[in-house]
Amino acid sequence: MAPLRPLDPERFGPREAKHLLLRAGFGGSPAQLRQLVNWGLAASVERLLDMDGAHGTPPPRADEFASDIITALDEAGRMQLREARRNQNEDALDRFRMRRQQMQRQDRQQIKLMQQWWLTRMIETTRPLEEKMTLFWHGHFATSYRTTENSYHMFLQNQLFRTHALGRFSTLLAGIVHDPAMLRYLNNHQNRKQDPNENLARELMELFSLGDGHYSERDIQEGARALTGYSFEGDSFAFNAQAHDSGHKKILGRGGPFDGDDFVRVILEQPACAEFICRKLYRFFVSGVSEDGFVTAQMARTLRSSQYALQPVLRELFLSEHFYSDAAVAQRIKSPVELVVGAIRSLETPVRDLGVLADAIEVMGQDLFYPPNVAGWPGERAWINTSTLYARQNILTFLLAGIGPFAKPRHARMRFDTQAYANRLQHNVVDDAMLDHLLSLDPDPAQRQAIGEARSLQDKLLLITAMPAYQLC
Amino acid sequence: MHETRAWTRRRFLQDGLVLASAAATLPLFLQRSAFALAPSGAPGTPDERVLVVVQLSGGNDGLNTVIPFGQNAYYNARRGIAIAQSETHVLDRQHGIGLHPAMGDLKSLYDDGLLGIVQGVGYPNPDRSHFTSMDVWHTASTESRRAGWLGRYFDAQCAGSPRNDATQLVASPLSGVALGRRAPLAMEGKQYQPIAFEDPRLLAWAGGAQNADLADAYGHMLPQAPASDDESPDAFLTRTALDAQVSSEAIRAAVANRPGASYPRSPLGQQLAMVASMVHAELPTRVYYVSMSGFDTHAAQGGAAGQHANLLRRFAEAIRAFYSDLRAMGQDGRVLTMVFSEFGRRVAQNASNGTDHGAAAPMFLLGPMVRAGVLSEHPSLTDLDDGDLKFRVDFRSVYATVLDTWLKADANAVLGQRFVRAQVLRRG
Repeated sequence: MAPLRPLDPERFGPREAKHLLLRAGFGGSPAQLRQLVNWGLAASVERLLDMDGAHGTPPPRADEFASDIITALDEAGRMQLREARRNQNEDALDRFRMRRQQMQRQDRQQIKLMQQWWLTRMIETTRPLEEKMTLFWHGHFATSYRTTENSYHMFLQNQLFRTHALGRFSTLLAGIVHDPAMLRYLNNHQNRKQDPNENLARELMELFSLGDGHYSERDIQEGARALTGYSFEGDSFAFNAQAHDSGHKKILGRGGPFDGDDFVRVILEQPACAEFICRKLYRFFVSGVSEDGFVTAQMARTLRSSQYALQPVLRELFLSEHFYSDAAVAQRIKSPVELVVGAIRSLETPVRDLGVLADAIEVMGQDLFYPPNVAGWPGERAWINTSTLYARQNILTFLLAGIGPFAKPRHARMRFDTQAYANRLQHNVVDDAMLDHLLSLDPDPAQRQAIGEARSLQDKLLLITAMPAYQLC
Repeated sequence: MHETRAWTRRRFLQDGLVLASAAATLPLFLQRSAFALAPSGAPGTPDERVLVVVQLSGGNDGLNTVIPFGQNAYYNARRGIAIAQSETHVLDRQHGIGLHPAMGDLKSLYDDGLLGIVQGVGYPNPDRSHFTSMDVWHTASTESRRAGWLGRYFDAQCAGSPRNDATQLVASPLSGVALGRRAPLAMEGKQYQPIAFEDPRLLAWAGGAQNADLADAYGHMLPQAPASDDESPDAFLTRTALDAQVSSEAIRAAVANRPGASYPRSPLGQQLAMVASMVHAELPTRVYYVSMSGFDTHAAQGGAAGQHANLLRRFAEAIRAFYSDLRAMGQDGRVLTMVFSEFGRRVAQNASNGTDHGAAAPMFLLGPMVRAGVLSEHPSLTDLDDGDLKFRVDFRSVYATVLDTWLKADANAVLGQRFVRAQVLRRG
């Protein structure tokens, strides 16, 4: 029996459509769910996998953000700085310090705008899987602005993830060792022949491609040599031939005068690579609780036979019975971004205030462009504690009614038309329809009764979104 | 004394259960909350002991805090911001050490034998980035991917506890409480997640404030406590939600009792006032975490008066109010306070009459259990490491003593390495 046996298309109903949109996107409005059911399983999955930017949300423009906030000193400036240091000219040094601080202030403003811009894309996009995968890669190749301190580099990296969101993992892995933000984050600009820095070489294998136990310390040292001289200038990759060690290296059983691109190629030859990526995709798309080894093994076979193209793997997964089974449904905890974007997309609430949403997402532990470390967000149960649970409930009171600790008085004046939402459900028994639409688990009788007795549609929605089950997807 | 406290804690448990009014209809919830609030220590651990960590964010200028007025090099390096001996609160005339003039409140704690000052604290190959260095202090490690040191302590406590069964019961959610927007990395364990809040009113569902019916109905949104062997995400969320309700009610009830002492209106003062209330309410909290920011004084930091002086005054006022309050409540004996900053600042000032990121700096320890006094030698101001003081005491030596002498934990296991114990506490 194939572990990813296809789902009988006849069994693709509203629940399956809802599950598909929760996982392959950020949830769906009642109309979107009906649309998917009408299309049927195969057409719905193809529509989600279609990354053709010709229709729908246009790709970001290169000039979406200013690229010239953080600028290096020109030759004359560098000479002046050296001079000032030599002469201990504190006044001159002070001017350089002021210049730097001013650039950084301006750049921190831009990274805030970038958070809101990305949230807006996730809320509005007609290709939700593209943004979902971009978010996946951001967590996988975790890079923090805290260290890079260059918002445009973060934008370029974000674009790298979006461009290859569903492309080839091999291209993405090669891209990441040319990516200025990553090279800065893992100190590879300081990785020189005379003084190697192993940071990128280690994480490239441990966290980005193979996982612990599939390489030796020796492979890290040799890999670091291969990556020497991989640096950046301005916003572009720069190969510093003088810093590069062009000697013979032995990595993962292969030998040669490898550079960083060869190192990536040698990694991709390892069977462990596809398995590692597929286990991570499984945790992201299927279940945060337990892994089905047969399923991930089949995903890895598909990924290898497609030469690392990701689309066939996700197609097979989204069409499978396993994906819609009890092993998957309600087995993940929504990330803060999924919670917020999902609420807006499914309920069609007003956005109210992007700054507040970005802030709340930070309080809930998923500050975009600031993952906690190179391992990314641990996710699942680590999202939940006493404080974040209340924050999660209260960002819903904010979206639904403009009230709660995240709200200012003006937010309450933006009305969310709950009756219009109820009408969109097109169902005689509104309570049941809301519970079906918003939860992946059946409520118990006491919960159902309390919802039934609530006075208004708004009260019902406040209660449903305060249920523990609402945190699941 | 100890007996009285144990009794009080039992009473608290009963009170805590009464507070959770919805509990009457949820028998399992009762059991669960008793569990959640039970003191979390391993056998033999003195449950009454509390550690308060005070973080001074931004890199406090240690040299203008504990001032080496005996060294000419200090005055040569800091012509615009140095503080004259006559203005300092002299601590050690022989070695030429005094406290900043704005820290009279700290000096009085020193005179009462409640303050220990560890000079020249740092770590090898210091990093001058706020974030990186803060991470080093929080994880007690230079490897970037470790959990927080206090988080590991909570994790280890739980691992040694007989309650560590399959239901993922970790240390009480109240074991670590941080005052602030988000929990500090220091308190985040691999399993343990601390509670963090700026304002205890935020630890509540905002819908409940809309109308009484809604507040009532909310009680029904939490289903029956799931079976203890149910490990599904739904069961996990339900348990956490039940715990959250009990913990947040306990916290809100505790801080509703305003302190006896008068606290300054500064954020640190308000945070410490809440900590004192929670200590007094005998919550089962072992570690509280508070912080104060603004110490990144690159320009116009001032000397005896000015920006840095104001920061130090606000700090000292808050700390003194805290210990006055604790003493008045008879709680000072169980509260050890540890103060740190992510780094000190360079020995030489800059042209803006400020100071740039440096390395070693003093730490403060407070409470009747500390070895009072100036505890180690001041680092040399002439034998420098690239313009910075060389550290004399690894901060992890201080952590190690706090962990094993005060919290009775296995410091070597928590820190993952053996550090010499800094002799900073008087009794075990």
